[in-house]
Amino acid sequence: MATYILRRILLSIPVLFGILFATFALGRLIPGDPCRAMLGEKATKVVCDEFIHRHGLDKPIPVQFGVYVNEMVHGDFGRSFRFSKPVTALLMERLPITVELSFFALILSLIVGIPLGIISAIRHNSWADVTTMLWANVGVSMPVFWLGLMLQYLFALALKGTFLQLPPSGRLSPGLIVPPFYTVWNLHLVKGTFTFTLLDFISRMNIFNGILSSNYHLVGDAIVHLILPAFALSTIPMALIARMARSSMLEVLGQDYIRTARAKGLRQRVVIMKHAFRNALLPLVTVIGLSLGGLLGGAVLTETVFNLSGVGRILYDAITARDYGIVQSFTLVIAVFFVALNLLVDISYAYLDPRIRLE
Amino acid sequence: MTVTTEKIKSLDAEGLSLQSVSLWQITWRRLFRRKSSIVGLVILSILILIALTCQWIAPYNPTLSMLDVKPPQDLQRRAAPCIHAFGCPQDQPQHILGVDGNLRDQFSRLLYGSRLSLMIGLSTVTFAIILGTVLGALAGYFGGWIDNLIMRVMDVLLAFPSLLLAIAIVTVLGPGLINALLAIGIVSIPAYARVVRASVLSVREMEYVSATRALGGDTTQILFRRILPNALTPLIVQGTLGIATAILDAAALSFLGLGAQPPTPEWGSMLGAERNQVFTAPHLVFFPGIAIALTVLSFNLLGDGLRDALDPRLAHVS
Repeated sequence: MATYILRRILLSIPVLFGILFATFALGRLIPGDPCRAMLGEKATKVVCDEFIHRHGLDKPIPVQFGVYVNEMVHGDFGRSFRFSKPVTALLMERLPITVELSFFALILSLIVGIPLGIISAIRHNSWADVTTMLWANVGVSMPVFWLGLMLQYLFALALKGTFLQLPPSGRLSPGLIVPPFYTVWNLHLVKGTFTFTLLDFISRMNIFNGILSSNYHLVGDAIVHLILPAFALSTIPMALIARMARSSMLEVLGQDYIRTARAKGLRQRVVIMKHAFRNALLPLVTVIGLSLGGLLGGAVLTETVFNLSGVGRILYDAITARDYGIVQSFTLVIAVFFVALNLLVDISYAYLDPRIRLE
Repeated sequence: MTVTTEKIKSLDAEGLSLQSVSLWQITWRRLFRRKSSIVGLVILSILILIALTCQWIAPYNPTLSMLDVKPPQDLQRRAAPCIHAFGCPQDQPQHILGVDGNLRDQFSRLLYGSRLSLMIGLSTVTFAIILGTVLGALAGYFGGWIDNLIMRVMDVLLAFPSLLLAIAIVTVLGPGLINALLAIGIVSIPAYARVVRASVLSVREMEYVSATRALGGDTTQILFRRILPNALTPLIVQGTLGIATAILDAAALSFLGLGAQPPTPEWGSMLGAERNQVFTAPHLVFFPGIAIALTVLSFNLLGDGLRDALDPRLAHVS
């Protein structure tokens, strides 16, 4: 198992290097003066000279790439002229919001998608199957941003005054004060240390922060605000997961060992969950891994529609303001994040199917 | 004798026949046996029809503001739909889906949008298929370091969430429809390269390839006449589903303001321009979205149908 994991990690190094090269190339492809592209139109000559010298922009391309890799590996993403803050700090502030949204969207798509897929497979060609597959087809075809806007209209305006009313945007009701859980716990942390960064990252996810500080009012408010964006973001992965769960269950249900299990008189529940579903899991994990990329991309659209100040929303603002530095480094970070998630998916294969470990 | 004829007929119905039937005839027949593919084909046919005839069926020019109509129409910005048949007063000008924030007829814009969407889907996928096929064929046929180099580059492209990479590329190239198409085309190359490479690898060692080589066939002949036709069916399926993704991604880029620029009647940018008006003028957001969803749905249904029709082994699974 350890060898397998190690090999997977080693295999992803060239990909990471390629990602670095791709984002570097993107940065160099920006038309015009790189300094003014990165620091904004108003950058003075003194500032520009300093910038060019610091990033080695007056040196040959291979040296520039070396400087870039060195900076990125050390987590130095430069400063954003739009937010006048180091990009790294901005990232640590905003990434938790995107992680929270994507995480709940993924959970939602799993707890809805998998059972629907299994039921469709068991009751193959029944009305439940046909309806589920119809919805799965519609689900993968809807633009996320449109669905988000329609949900806002439906739940914030059309259902206003009913118990189904949900807030159209934002993360919390106005006026709600959120003390980070580590202050509630009376922890005295030093800013800049690893522990502080980690705890601060967690505390920025409202739901976890609420749970950890036993502030259940906050948890409830955060969940109410998260339902619509998480649902909008979850539709595509949900549909893909339901389809894959169905087709891989159908495949497994036709196997001889299922017939054997039935023949020896096992209950349907046991046959489905223990014999069939476990074997249908592998292709399902692949699809989950693939839909993570869709979640991260979709987060840009969902956060824009629902006004959530996550990574995606910043990216949108940065595009509008032509803050190339942010676009470049956020693309890099999200791609690295995506590679790491896929690594986890690969490792989970080995856990789910022992044969893979030996390959 | 009659028994034999009937047998042939029943085999015909199965898509199997003693008479020679081409792959496309079989595929066509199988396609029509699925309700969902018929639905997909019907929606797509209607869309193509609209795209071809929109200059005659659209009541207005899609980029024309109602202020410039003679005599100027007395309209509110983002006015609700007015349909005479449904009780809208006769003295008001008819706008089936209302007018947008710039006093343009929403219905005409929606009709013209079909043209752009189909064009976007076809052009990006054609671009990606051509480059992907060339790269995949080179990688699969020559193997060795060429294969390694090409496929590692594809791995890097796949390491980015596709929409995100497209956003990054367009940000650098500058917003605009052509750049957006280029970006979506680039991010979809790896899928096709992989499909073609896999087919080439499985066919390369076949005896008929050796036979062609023994008969003195050169590399081009082997690649284009013997190997690539085998990659055609998975490419068609991937391509049809790819059109759906491309349209969706292009709409997303336009929604973010990176794709088609105003006043181009593109569904994504129409939605993006009016997204803050969803509470006051929902019709301006609702209909472009429905149009995108229907178009994407038609390609998805058709792609699924084609996959089952071209590969009968999958038919029992989905």
